[in-house]
Order: sequence, then structure tokens, then C-alpha cells
Amino acid sequence: MHLDPVFLSRVQFVWVIALHILLPAFTVGLASFIACVEGMSFFTGRTVYARISQFWIRIFSVAFGMGVVSGIVMPFQFGTNWSRFSDATANVIAPLLAYEGLTAFFLEATFLGVLLFGRRLVPRWVHFMAAVAVALGTLSSSFWILAANSWMQTPAGYALIGGRFFPTNWWAVIFNPSFPYRLAHTVTAFYISTGFVVLGIGAWMVRARRFPEEGRIIMSATLWLLLVLVPLQIGLGDLHGLNTLRYQPTKLAALEGRYDSAAPAPLTLFGIPDDARGVMRDEIAIPRLGSLLLTHSWNGRIRGLNDWPVDRRPPVGPPFYAFRIMVGAGLLMLALVVVGNLMRRRDAFVTSEAFLRACECAGPLGFVAVLAGWTTTEVGRQPWTVFGLLRTSESVTPSLTGPDVLLSLLGYVAVYAVIFPGGFLVMRRIVRAGPQSQAIDEPGQGRRAMLPIARAPELTP
Amino acid sequence: MISALLPDFVPIWTAILAVGIFLYVVLDGFDLGVGILFRFAPDLQSRNLLMNSIAPVWDGNETWLILGGVGLLVAFPLAFAIIIPAVYFPILVMLLALCFRGVAFEFRSRDVAHRGFWDHGFFLGSVIATFVQGIVLGAFIQGFKVEGRVFAGGSFDCFTPFSLMTGIALVFGYGLLGAGWLVMKTSGALQKSIRVQGVWCLCGVCACIAAVSLWSPLLDLDIALRWLSWPNSLVLAPIPVLTLCVALLTGRALRNGSEAGPFVGAIFLFLLSYGGIAVSLWPMIVPHHYTVWEAASSPKTQAFLLVGTAFLLPTVLLYTAWSYWVFRGKVRGDIGYH
Repeated sequence: MHLDPVFLSRVQFVWVIALHILLPAFTVGLASFIACVEGMSFFTGRTVYARISQFWIRIFSVAFGMGVVSGIVMPFQFGTNWSRFSDATANVIAPLLAYEGLTAFFLEATFLGVLLFGRRLVPRWVHFMAAVAVALGTLSSSFWILAANSWMQTPAGYALIGGRFFPTNWWAVIFNPSFPYRLAHTVTAFYISTGFVVLGIGAWMVRARRFPEEGRIIMSATLWLLLVLVPLQIGLGDLHGLNTLRYQPTKLAALEGRYDSAAPAPLTLFGIPDDARGVMRDEIAIPRLGSLLLTHSWNGRIRGLNDWPVDRRPPVGPPFYAFRIMVGAGLLMLALVVVGNLMRRRDAFVTSEAFLRACECAGPLGFVAVLAGWTTTEVGRQPWTVFGLLRTSESVTPSLTGPDVLLSLLGYVAVYAVIFPGGFLVMRRIVRAGPQSQAIDEPGQGRRAMLPIARAPELTP
Repeated sequence: MISALLPDFVPIWTAILAVGIFLYVVLDGFDLGVGILFRFAPDLQSRNLLMNSIAPVWDGNETWLILGGVGLLVAFPLAFAIIIPAVYFPILVMLLALCFRGVAFEFRSRDVAHRGFWDHGFFLGSVIATFVQGIVLGAFIQGFKVEGRVFAGGSFDCFTPFSLMTGIALVFGYGLLGAGWLVMKTSGALQKSIRVQGVWCLCGVCACIAAVSLWSPLLDLDIALRWLSWPNSLVLAPIPVLTLCVALLTGRALRNGSEAGPFVGAIFLFLLSYGGIAVSLWPMIVPHHYTVWEAASSPKTQAFLLVGTAFLLPTVLLYTAWSYWVFRGKVRGDIGYH
């Protein structure tokens, strides 16, 4: 069997980033959620909010710690496996990564300590401001990382000299054509992912009759928030799609499963893509809907992949299926949120066993959508790392052999297979212990006693 | 072209990166060193004390590794693109060991049933991460096979007798830093036993520094000429002389009851060794192939990042200093995990 270092390096990148992305998908939203609850606590003075906040801060710090550990791996991937890409693009995107490191390090590391350990040490408003600063830090991280990612999708503000990219206009580099849409779509997705985890845990608190007061507050607030965010996200997704149609038509054709150009174009619901022959088999399609959704006109023309040479086309299967999973997850979430808000009358949303169970099952739905969306956009970018300009096959480290990469991939799989389930179990223990076990301002917990990751008292020997 | 009007930022970025890497080496060095000495702590209570002495600071220390990696990428991308592939497996092993160590750190106090397992994980993770960092250092000093702008050797070329020796050297070195830190943080019988371990580490460090100093000129004619040609040998003579003096003073501080002396001494030993390596290699950042100027990113890139770094980096440093101030003094057995 031939081991292809390019393919294996891609698999390795998928493995380390897919697991890493789950943590920011959770912590970006959770940081803002904690800042809101801290705000409620500060302005109303009710202790139930402080209890809720303390509970989520514990979970946050476990997720954040794992995010740091798996995040250290990421910049080194650029060097170990994608050194040609690094050499070609560093002048343009490396400063964006460095700004991510500096601002995130500054805001998160500085204020996370205060948020975790400082409730007794600083005035209440400082604690609230620390929560806001941590939330801003996570958003700043997203800003810079997505700027770099978007530049790879829709490069701008550069000059290409001797196969390497040089910056000509930083504003154009950062605010490249797909960046505003990607930023809005991704951050909203992160908020929604967190929202569904929070909703699911709130539902469990109510259903298990362990912490009904906290559970009810959590569920009610989250349902309002999601009622705004989920429809907003569908609108943002539409705008993002139009942007893709304009700047990355091959990706759009792949995720639509469109091989032949058509005007008007139908919307393919399902089918089995066949890249070798360039056709969609067993297609189920709705006439004209494709044109209507993508061009917002009755007869709009959509270009198919067969318009491009074979070596400039992405594979259709992964983006096509992943896009349908993402949209399906989105519609499920929309249904659940609408039903939940309709059930507010006579408190049905906290008394209906079926609805509470549905919320618990929907907890991971946001992560499913995030991973599917990520697959859609990154596989849809292929066969390029910098869209249309730098090929993936020309980005990989030339000295690597297939067995080298196989060995490192196995190493990452083995270690992550221990660390991630371990972290999940720790978070589950914190959830089981619930918010009431978190005595606020508990005396006798000296500062130096604190480990940087949250600690549940019942687990302390 | 605008970039022609921009000043030469390369010396500034070389300095920033040099300081950043040195900070990483000292900061993560002492907490990896505590992990190395962890195996030799006599009982559970002392192990908990050792853990608590670095608990509030270790993840901040490790974050410098990200800034170091990204700093090399942004300031000297060509060096990044050649060096990191050349040390593919040491980097891999280091990342995995650090992951495991970080988690072991957190889990040992929660998962009491498997505490022995996590304790071993913490010790081994620390030793392995340190050892492979030493291999990276040795491979870097020896240089890499380069063709054009890419590394042209094999992924296992970095494992040589010389790099294995620098790996061992760093284990002793971080062990010494860890001992210095722990002397400040502990007292009584535990401190006494750590002083003894510190002396062992110091002997190992001195032997290794001597070995590297004799071996590297033999490996590399450029390094030999740099140190031994007249008048360089006179100008550079203070480095080995000072190293010897600092080593003697550190040894005395370990034995005579000085609290901060061993840690300060260890830092100066690292500073002098670091300076020695810099003298050997300057101005090459990919030894034998590319200077810092040839490997540097575009002036526009360096200028753009310098604007933000100029005030973000001092802020990070201030915060770091403040957090060490908050957690100053001896670790106490009655606080924390016990």
C-alpha cells in the first residue's frame, strides 16, 4: 500500500483541528454567557445568578485548559507538515496568528485568573469586568484566526512574487472578501453550540429534579437567546453562501452537488455524487429552487464543476454531504427553539418530559453543525490551501515520507484518545455535582491552593 | 517600493525572539524541572507540595512556547519552514509529552484511584519533553541538510550522538532550575534533600557544558574559528571564565543555605550557555545556510506586528510578573491538595 504524505498530513490536520475546534466552539459562547450571568448577578444581586455563574466557570476552565493544550499543537502543524505553505504565506498570515496569540494571551490569561480565583479578592464590579474581558479575549481570538482562515479562502491585499505572498495592504488582507461573513457565521455558530449545550444541561437539571430553580432560569434565558440566534444564523448562512458563489464558485458547485451548469438550476436535495463521471446519481431535486436561493431570481444561472478543468475541482462528496448535515442540524435546532418558545404558556417547556428529553438529546447538535460546516468550507477549498493560487500538494513539507506521517498521526490519535474522553468525564462530574455544590466565596480556599483548571470540591482528596 | 523606506527591523525581532525563547526556557524549564525531580520526592505530602509550587504558573509558562513558535514563523519564516520539519519527531514527541503532562497534572488530584499512574505520567512527560527539547537544540547547533528553501534530509537525521548528549544536558539543566525553584518554595527536610539533588544536577550540567564546549568546535570548523582565532579567544574568554565562576557559586549556594542563590545561579548558567551558543552561530539562524537577514520576513510584515507587540508584550510581561508576586513565598502543606 502506498502511503501518501499529503493525504496523511491532511488526515492528521483534520484530526487535531476537528477536536480542537470543539473547544473554542464551546468556550467562545460560554465566556459571553458567563459575562451575561455575571452582569445579571451584579445588577440584581440575586445569589442564584452567582451560583449559576460559578457552576459554568468551572466547566469553562476545564474546556479552556484543554483548548490551550490542543491549541499548542496547531501552530507547529504549519511547520512540521505544511512547511512549503508556511514559507509561501508567512509574510501575510503569520502576523495574524501572532496577534491572536498576543491578544488572547493578554486578555484571557490575565483575566481568567481573576475570574476563576478572584471572587473574594476583588470588588464585584472588577469580577464582572474580568468576565467581560475573558469574553472579549475569546472573540479576539476568533477574529484573528478567522481572518487568517478567510484569507486562505479569498486572498486579497497581497503581491505574489516568486511563488511567495507579500503584503501590500493590511486592511485588505484582514478584511478580505469572505471574512465578514465567515466571522459572523462562525461566531454565531459558536454561540448557538454553547446555547444548545446550556439548554441541554438546564433541561437535565429540571428533569432530574436536582436543581429545578437554576435549570428553569437557564432554560428560559437560553430559549429566548436561541430564538434570536438560530433564525439570524440561517440568514447569515444565506449571505455567506452568496459570497461563496461569487468568490469560490467551485466550492459552491461542490456543496450544491452541481456538475453541469444550469439556468434555471434545480436544488439537489439528495443524490450520490460521482466525481469520476461528473454526474449526480439517483438525484432528488426541486426545480428552480437552486436559482431562487442562490441568485434570488427565477432563472439565475449556476455554474457546474464540469466548467472547470479536473485539477481545479474539489471532491464533491464531503462538502455535499457535510452541507446537508449542517443544514439539517440547523433546521432541527430551529424547530426545537420555536416549539420551546411556544411551550412557554403554562410553563409546558419545563413540565413536558418529552421536550426536556429532546433538549438533552439536542445538546451536541451545535457541534455537529460546526464540524459539518467546517468540512464543507475546508474540503470545498480543495485542491488549494490558498484558493486558486497555492495547491495543497505543493504546500506539504517535502522531506516527509508516508511512514513518517503515519507514525505521527498514530501518536496524535493515541494521546487525544486519552485526553479528550478524560476531559469530557471531568466536565460530566462537574455537571452531575450541579450548581448548588458550588459554595460561593467558600472560606479556606487559599489562592495558592488553586490549580488553573476548575476543581470540583467533591473530587478533591 | 515602500518597504525600501522602512528601517531594518531584523535586529529588533532577533532580540525579541531571543528574549522570548530565553523566557520560555527559564520559565517552563523550572516547572519541567520540578516534574523531573518529582520522581525523587520521598512521600505523598512532598509530591503534593512540589505540584502546588508550580500549579498557578505552569500553563502561563507553557504559553510562551506558542509565542516562541509563532514568533519564529512570523519573524523568520524561512528558518521555521526548514528547522521545524527537520525536527519533526522531537517536536511531535514534545507536544504529546506536554499534552500528557498537562492533563496528568490536573487529573492526579481528581482520579485518586489512578494517582500512581498520573504521577508517573507527570514525571515521564516532563523528562521526555525536556529530553527532546535538548535534541532539538543539539540538532540545531549541528545544522541541517538544506536544498534551496527546504529541508532536504530525513526525519530521523536529527538523532545523533551529539543531539542525544544535549538532550541529557537539558534534563540536568532543567533539573537544576527546578531544584533552584524548589529551594525557594520549600523548607526543612524536603528542602535539604532537594539541595542534594540540585548538587547532582549541577555536576551533570557542568559535565555537559564542558562536553558541548569541546565537542562542538570539533564538529564544526566555523565554530572552532569563531572561538579559537585571535583576538576572538581573548574577547570571548569571559564567557567560559564566568561560567566556571557561576557554577562554583551555585554549588556553594546549594550547600550553604542560601534561599534564592541556587535559582539565580541556575538562570545565569543558562544565560551564559545561551550566550555561548549565540556566539557560536551568529548571525546564522539556519546554521551554514541562512542568516537572520536572509531568513527574515518582509519589512512590512515585521513593521505591522511590531506596532502591536510594542505594547502587548510589555503588558504580558507585567501581568506575568504580577502573578508571580501574588503567589510568592513558601508553599504550605496545609493549603492545597493534601
